[in-house]
Formats: sequence, structure tokens, C-alpha cells
Amino acid sequence: MFSENKENQDKKDKDLLVIGGHEFSSRFILGSGKYNVELIQAAIKQAGAQIITLALRRANSDGEANILDFIPEGITLLPNTSGARDAKEAVRIARLSRELGCGDFVKIEVIRDSKYLLPDNYETIKATEILAKEGFVVMPYMYPDLNAARDLANAGAATIMPLAAPIGSNKGLCTREFIQILIDEIDLPIIVDAGIGCPSQACEAMEMGAAAVMANTAIATAGNIPAMAQAFKKAIEAGRSAYLAGMGRVLTQGGSASSPLTGFLNE
Amino acid sequence: MEQVSHMEYLEEMEQIDSTVMEQVIEAMEGYDYSKYTRQDVEAALSHDSCSIEDFGALLSPAAQDYIEEMARKATLETRKHFGNSVYLFTPIYISNYCENLCVYCGFNCQNKIKRAKLDTQEMEREMEAIAKSGLEEILILTGESRKMSDVKYIGQACKIAHQYFKNVGIEVYPMNSDEYAYLRQCGADYVTVFQETYNSDKYETLHLAGHKRCFPYRINAQERALMGGMRGVAFAALLGLDDFRKDAFATGIHAYLIQRKYPHAEISFSCPRLRPIINNDKINPKDVHEKQLLQIMCAYRIFMPFAGMTISTRERAGFRDNVIGLAATKISAGVSTGIGGHGEEEEKGDDQFEISDGRNVEEVVAAIKERGLQPVMNDYVFV
Repeated sequence: MFSENKENQDKKDKDLLVIGGHEFSSRFILGSGKYNVELIQAAIKQAGAQIITLALRRANSDGEANILDFIPEGITLLPNTSGARDAKEAVRIARLSRELGCGDFVKIEVIRDSKYLLPDNYETIKATEILAKEGFVVMPYMYPDLNAARDLANAGAATIMPLAAPIGSNKGLCTREFIQILIDEIDLPIIVDAGIGCPSQACEAMEMGAAAVMANTAIATAGNIPAMAQAFKKAIEAGRSAYLAGMGRVLTQGGSASSPLTGFLNE
Repeated sequence: MEQVSHMEYLEEMEQIDSTVMEQVIEAMEGYDYSKYTRQDVEAALSHDSCSIEDFGALLSPAAQDYIEEMARKATLETRKHFGNSVYLFTPIYISNYCENLCVYCGFNCQNKIKRAKLDTQEMEREMEAIAKSGLEEILILTGESRKMSDVKYIGQACKIAHQYFKNVGIEVYPMNSDEYAYLRQCGADYVTVFQETYNSDKYETLHLAGHKRCFPYRINAQERALMGGMRGVAFAALLGLDDFRKDAFATGIHAYLIQRKYPHAEISFSCPRLRPIINNDKINPKDVHEKQLLQIMCAYRIFMPFAGMTISTRERAGFRDNVIGLAATKISAGVSTGIGGHGEEEEKGDDQFEISDGRNVEEVVAAIKERGLQPVMNDYVFV
């Protein structure tokens, strides 16, 4: 009993991110798309990342530039199902990913909108249910809707990955209020995914209580990719520390009124 | 040769319930590019998302003075949506038999060229040779002859291609949705159809005979392909056949309307042009020179930033290398427009047109890398 308590205390002190029973000390999930595969290693190092996402369709290549060859040992692969237009296609891509040796983690992306690339929550729930039963660690990318998030949790999702803004837009926390609801109401790690455009926004998401942040385009389109990866790392760590420290009060009405409205109670 | 109305469907042609053609034609007829001012162009360039009016402004003569600004905005959009990826592919012409009489085309049925088609063994040899170059995406092309290259024959080519390549597209005659569904089963997932010109009167004068003469059947091809389950469709006008600004506008509107109706569809553009005769500006002010071509490509990119865009081998290497990453996302390499010729054997049939960039895959890959871009052989999975 004592040793179990100590173990739990140790974990708490280390502030580990636990996804489907797997522990990670980094809370930064790095994307690998949209930039030279040769830079992946440097980006991972500077980001201190332990999880890297990749589109399975990019790994589906026989050529010299197969993205898998550029990811260092010991990094957890998080293949995504981009290209899937419904649950059936997502399930097929996930299974193919496992066959290709990409492991049991899968980020479900079901998108049937080529313009905004917004996820289809309904089909995502269906795919999550099937793949969770098959033993995948399912990390669904979704539009932040509380009911859908509850359904995903019930379907066996290991985390919930709500979008902050459309993929690639770098517009930041457009869905802030709704992500906060998920953080408050869902007992799974909430990982903010898509749309985070700069380190300060990643920091803000972490201050809100997000368990981790996933970023790709903001780094891929930066002038210096490894340096931006490092900037995100620091911002995410700062945001996490602030969250754990307990955020100070924020006065929304300016200063405190010098004449209290409830003074009459003392009359 | 029998002259049928170019607006009438032939008996075996599927007619679908769609108003896209009417909407495209109406928009094109209402497009008066001379009305746009510099202020309209500046406003278009300042907007976060590009409206149809903005698209019209960007294609107008007033926007020509803003080509640098357009290129900068296009580059940002390309980068945002595609990063630094540039996709490679090559076309394979499996047959050059054609039943159409299109006055501008090298394959037209009255041209005395060497006709040929590849049999399945030859297809296999050709595709094997292409795959050895490292390419993982192929575009299968034929002349437009349902007799000499029927759907089953094209399906056979798709099946073979599916074994050698990750990604198979077709650029063949328009067909019915069930035929597209069959080719989807055979492994193809992308369909390219050039409308040539959206001006139906002009179209009539250029397409004198054959199935291709039917204007509405062609314009609805992309929609039938999507109904047949294809993942993506590509659009193009052969710029320079008619008023290129109107044709480019119509191409964009066509793609826009299809994307709205089929939001899951992957949309892309091709940008072929008739090359003007040098120093011919005074004779034909509507010629499409490189500057105009770039203007059109940038306008497509800003209007539909998520769409793929292919740069033709009709263009010189220097132009192609500069537009990848700027607006274009896909480039061909190791191209032959004749029948056969990728393997050790000589071409069996003559070319459709002369290419201006004869570089092989290795050379194109090197050129992409030299620009700080990333050559990508495949970003697709067939499911």
C-alpha cells in the first residue's frame, strides 16, 4: 500500500502525460508534414518530443525518402488516417499502419471537406469504437463538441484531440471556450490539435489545462524549423508550469470598486 | 463526316441532374474583366479569403501590374497548405487512336500520324521501367477512341498501374459514372478532363466531329467521376484557344461549384496553354505569355488555396522550376507523350505535342531540392 502511494506520488511529481497506459514526460506532440524529412531529427531533438505524428499515406512509399527512415529510434509514432473520408476508410488505414510496423497508436482523422479540412465527428466516433476494440491506442481529432467528446470517451478513445482552428491556418485558439469545456468535463487528456500558430498560443492552451499540444504547420512554415520547435517546447513547458502553479486571479471589470455594492448590508 | 449539334447528348451518354454547367456559363458570360480597377485588385489581395469577385479582379488586366504581389500571396498560401512538398508524377500514353476531329490537336483523326496502342505486356514493361525511376504516381492517357481503347482496355491499364504505383490517375475520354466506378475498382482514383474552352460557340468550331463534340457531356465529366466514387478531379482550359481570361475564370468557377457540391472531392487544376508565336503580340493581344500564365496560376491558388496544381511539360524548365512552391504543387518528370518509349524499346506511336522540359526524374528531383523544396513521390493511400 505504502509503495503504491509512493509510486503515485512519484508520478505526480514527474508530471507525466499518460496516454492509453503509456507514459510521456514531454507534452509536445510534433508533426512531421510540410517540411524536409531531413529536418525531422533536429526538430524532434529541439522539441524534446517523444511522440511524432505522420500521415500514414506519406509512410506508404517505397522510395528513398520514406518518412519512416528519418524518425529516430525510441520515438513513439502517431500515424494519422488523413485521406479517410469515412469510418471505414479510417479503419482500413489504421490497420494498414499496424501492418507497416507503425505501432498501435493511431490518430483518427476523418475528413470529408477538402476546403477547410474539418473533421467529421460522427464518423470519427464510429472509427474510434472499432479500433479501440482492436487494441489500438486511439487518439481522435475532432471538432470540440462536448457530446461528441463524451461519445468518443465511451467508445474507448485514449485522448481527445480538439482543433483550435482549421488545420494549417495558424489562427490560434479560435475554439477556446469549447476546448475549456472539454478540459473541465472529460476525464481524458485533452490534446489541443490544429491551428496553433505560435508558441504563445501553445502556452495559453497549456495554461487552460490542456494535457498537451500538437503542432505542425507553425513549425513547418517557420524560418528556422528546429529553433521554432524549441520555442514551442519552452512555451508548452511554461504553460504547463503556470497551470500547475495555479493561475492568479484576473480582474475582468477593471480595478476593485472603492465603494462596495454590498455596503448597505452593514447599515 | 456527320455534323451533330455540339449541345446534344448522344444516345449512350449519361445525363445527370446538374445545373453546374448552366451556372458556369452564366458566370463566365457575366464576367467583364475590363471593369476591374487597381483598387479592386488591391482589395482582393488584402482579403483573407478570396471571393468570386476577388477572383475576377485577380484575373483581370488590371492585376497584371500586381504580378509580384500576387506571386507573394500565392507562395504564402501554397506554403500554408502544402508546406514545401512538391509531388512528382509522369504521364503514360497507352494509345493514340482518336475518333475526334479537334483542329488544334496532334492526335486528331485526320492527322497522318503513326497510330499505336500498347498491349498488356507492353504496358507492363513500360510501367515497370517508369517505376524503376522512383516515381510512385502515374497518369494514364489515351487518345479519345472508345473503339480502340475501350473502358475495359483502360481498366486493364489501371490494374497493371495499381501494381507498380501507389497513385493512379486517368486522363481519357469522358465516360458515364458506372464506367468511372469500374475504373475506380481497377485502381484509379483521380480523373483529369480538360474542357479546352468553356465558350460553347468556340468549342463547336474547334471540335468538328466525334464524341468530344458534345460540350455538355464533357463539362459534366468531373461530376460523373465523383458520382462513380473517384477521390479527386482536375480541371483545365487549354488557354489561348479562346479568350483566356474568361476561360480561366470559368475553370475556377467550375472547380468551385463542384467543390461546393462534393465537399470531399480533392480538386486540382492544370494550366496548359497554346504557346504564342514569338513577337506576335500585336497580331493577337489575347495570347497567353508566361506573365499571363503566371497570373492565372496565382489567381487559381489565391481563389482555391487548398487545390492541387500541375505545371505542364509544355513549359520550359526555368518557368516550371520557379512556379513550383509558388503556385504549382505537382510536376511531371521523365515525360514522353508518344506511345511507348519509357522502356528499352522505341516509341510505337507519335507524340501528341512537343514537350519543352525533357528532364528525367533525377534531374527534376535535383531541381526541386535546389529550391529548398521537398520532392514527394507519394502522399496517398488507396482505400
